Amino acid sequence: MFTPARLLALLGGALMLVNVYLIFMVAPTDAVLGNVQRVFFFHVPMAIMSFLAFGVVFVASIVYLAGRKPGWDRVAHASAEVGLVFVSLALVTGIIWARPVWGVWWTWEPRLTTTLILWLIYAGYLIIRSYAPNRERGAVYSAVVGIVGFVDVPIVYYSVQWWRSIHPSAVVGPFADSGALEPVMQVVLLVSFAAFLALFVYLVVERTALRRSEDDLRTLRFALANGQP
Amino acid sequence: MVRRWGALMGRLLQPVLVILWKDILLELRSRDVVVSVAVFGLVVAVVFQFALNVTPRLVNQLAPGILWVAFALAGVLVMNRTFVREKEQGGLEGLLLTPVSRDAIFLGKALATLVLMLTVEGVLLPVFAVMLGFSGFSWELLVTIGLVTLGFVTVGTLFSAIAVQTRSREIMLPVLFFPIILPALIGGVEVSGSAMAGRGLGEMGLWLPLIGVFDAVFLVICPWVFTYVVEE
Repeated sequence: MFTPARLLALLGGALMLVNVYLIFMVAPTDAVLGNVQRVFFFHVPMAIMSFLAFGVVFVASIVYLAGRKPGWDRVAHASAEVGLVFVSLALVTGIIWARPVWGVWWTWEPRLTTTLILWLIYAGYLIIRSYAPNRERGAVYSAVVGIVGFVDVPIVYYSVQWWRSIHPSAVVGPFADSGALEPVMQVVLLVSFAAFLALFVYLVVERTALRRSEDDLRTLRFALANGQP
Repeated sequence: MVRRWGALMGRLLQPVLVILWKDILLELRSRDVVVSVAVFGLVVAVVFQFALNVTPRLVNQLAPGILWVAFALAGVLVMNRTFVREKEQGGLEGLLLTPVSRDAIFLGKALATLVLMLTVEGVLLPVFAVMLGFSGFSWELLVTIGLVTLGFVTVGTLFSAIAVQTRSREIMLPVLFFPIILPALIGGVEVSGSAMAGRGLGEMGLWLPLIGVFDAVFLVICPWVFTYVVEE
């Protein structure tokens, strides 16, 4: 009845409801930016969760390459998928926020550029899996992409930052000059972090379990087709 | 002691050099990479000329970018070929059966690709310099090209070994390769721009060290993960 995954789903769902209420009803309207600032409470936690997800991919990929336990590959795969969803949503919410605030949909600012590169790397991670000759090879190749890509991210960030610092930059970061957040906003942001963390863990747990069922099914089918008990 | 060190280094390096020589010999006999890729690089330069209309006033702004886009695209073509021969003729199985470490295979293939790419770039650079009208010969520019190309081939050899095993390998290599090499590419464009403008090494900031860090990081990681890529 109350499996850990189901408890997580209940907890996450309740947190998310509270979170949405807090964001739209409790958090004060930003004095300068107005209501569009509320996007921020979705945007930042999703961006941070995607970094967390790719960190999980990195660690799980190393452990998988070292020991070849399929469980680690399933965790890496699930985490990459969820991370890609989160990073896509972070990009979309960022674009929605940028248009009224910065006046442009997109700018080649270091954080944006790095996030876009992240998206590209982990899209490649998922593509290479489906193009690999078989499952095990796909697991190994994507693990390689997961390791190389994660190591590359900080270098990308610094390189884009230096590149930007040379060229004239039209915009400033959201909190470069506006100082710290209001206390109420800080609480709302923390709750939002908790809600998205619960959502992330839940999605990864479920996706991993689903993959395991798929693998079991495949093994059973194979055994049946070959006439083994 | 010295002689023993020399013997040890020789034993480690010999397989690398043998693989390097094998690939150079193949290229010398067939000439199917350098010529076609160099011609392709020229086509890129022509396309850019008409797409961007590079006037003398804009040369210093546009030339570094054109140069590095041409090098990067040419690099993908070279790297697509790196493992194709090994795959088609079963050469990789042969290589893996020899009592040679996987690191040596990686370094041999990467060195061979480096030689091919530097050859292509050596052909393209003077032609670009003449056609676009920038000064192509400064130590800064040559060092940059060498360092960035080293990073390209290190990452590219790894992904080439992966891509060649997959369906539609011509697409897989650029999809994996370009996002990863972005730091080296930005660095290459920035330093080349400074070099073409006649500025010295002191005014280039941390770009060369950044490219060096990029090379060093991937020279450690890529041979390590390569051993998992080619095992069967």
